[in-house]
Amino acid sequence: MSTVPETLSYTEEHEWITQPAEGVVTIGITSYAADALGDIVYVSLPQEGASVEAGEPCGEAESTKSVSDIYAPVTGEVVAVNGSVEEDPAVINSDPYGEGWLFKIRTDGDGPDLLDAPAYSKLIEEA
Amino acid sequence: MSVPDTKKTPLHEVHTGLGATVTEFAGYLMPLRYGSETAEHQAVRTSAGLFDLSHMGEIFLTGPEAGAALDHALIGHLSKLAVGRARYTMICDVDGGVLDDLIVYRLAAETFMVVANASNAVKVRDELVERSAKFENATVDDRSDAYALIAVQGPKAQAILTKLTDAPLGDLKYYAILPGAVSGIDALIARTGYTGEDGFELFVSSGDAVRVWEAVTEAGGEDLRPCGLSSRDTLRLEAGMPLYGNELTSETTPYDAGLGRTIKFEKGEFVGRAALAALDGKAPGRVLVGLVARGRRVPRHGYDIVDSDGTPCGVVTSGAPSPTLGKPIAMGYIDAGRAEDTDLAVDIRGKHEPVDKVALPFYRRTP
Repeated sequence: MSTVPETLSYTEEHEWITQPAEGVVTIGITSYAADALGDIVYVSLPQEGASVEAGEPCGEAESTKSVSDIYAPVTGEVVAVNGSVEEDPAVINSDPYGEGWLFKIRTDGDGPDLLDAPAYSKLIEEA
Repeated sequence: MSVPDTKKTPLHEVHTGLGATVTEFAGYLMPLRYGSETAEHQAVRTSAGLFDLSHMGEIFLTGPEAGAALDHALIGHLSKLAVGRARYTMICDVDGGVLDDLIVYRLAAETFMVVANASNAVKVRDELVERSAKFENATVDDRSDAYALIAVQGPKAQAILTKLTDAPLGDLKYYAILPGAVSGIDALIARTGYTGEDGFELFVSSGDAVRVWEAVTEAGGEDLRPCGLSSRDTLRLEAGMPLYGNELTSETTPYDAGLGRTIKFEKGEFVGRAALAALDGKAPGRVLVGLVARGRRVPRHGYDIVDSDGTPCGVVTSGAPSPTLGKPIAMGYIDAGRAEDTDLAVDIRGKHEPVDKVALPFYRRTP
């Protein structure tokens, strides 16, 4: 079953976001999203240094059956990109909250409301 | 969310018990995948896979004129088919458009089984009833609900089934069928499939489906993996096999799909003959081609194929990441005048991604 770690925040587009540490958040896709996509075979991520805007697509994930946009959950600058998931996207399926993280954004903290774990759990139960 | 009139196959509870991701397909709840669809795909290429295809239609034509009725209704020459053999064929409209692609098995001199795609089974049955009406000694009987269809596909399929049947599988030719007992259960055992591998399709009574599935699962052990529709689609795509609704539609003729050889004019009159005869020997306006992407983004159904100027010259009918090639592959129609172009691309959500045109199939098993 899909896991929803308590310590993370979520978007309606099925990304997860860590609590900011020195203004930097880490972003990935949830296990629910990874399961729904099936085997992810290709992921395209924003470049390090790129500016991204909350709610705008900044990457994509391709699986056997479909392709999905990856949205920036907050506005800011991309400060790190996980090159190992670009090399081996299957890691996103096997460890979506750990080794399968996608990129990190330096953000000033302003941005749209995010979902907490209970709210996201409710969202995917109703899907 | 399930649609109220969605049907379940006799194996539905088996699938959910295995943790399958279930999807609605052609009015049925079907397993999309049980775990990793890539692992399912590889299992069929290297070992064996087990598929529930009970959504497919089984329509019987019986009687002294059954063969003549099929000769009239379909584009193939079925009255000539030997007992115990099968033929890939199609049912076309009067204008030559494909209504479905079919496999017809001759089970006895006066008994034929027509296997139709689930999405077209009712249409095919109704057409067969109408087209055979003038043959007094031919009867159409839709037994789709009475039959379950279980496929065992892959290089180890024969070794696995041999444990369960005394039927002479080694002597059973490709596109042949024989009755036999599988784990003591009556079955029609066919050497047919939709994966590009050796394999078998077992037509069994719906009430026996669970027992047959479980017997094959036990006999297969580690060598066999249950496989869903997702891997079935990538397997058939690698094998260059058309899918109705993608490569074949009522707007497509058999010639468009490169399957003109399945039209048997020598048999005489049949539905669609005049329209197809007018196309015979002429170059079709479009051709079905295989494409391999140079990059990693996947050309998918409905995307435009563009020429070196960026002008649309065709459309992708099926596309997926190929587990065997490790690259995205696709089939699609391109304008016949551009068939020799070497500088093609696919418009993948606004960006033209280069592709190489290749001969089909993408994958051919080593005999």
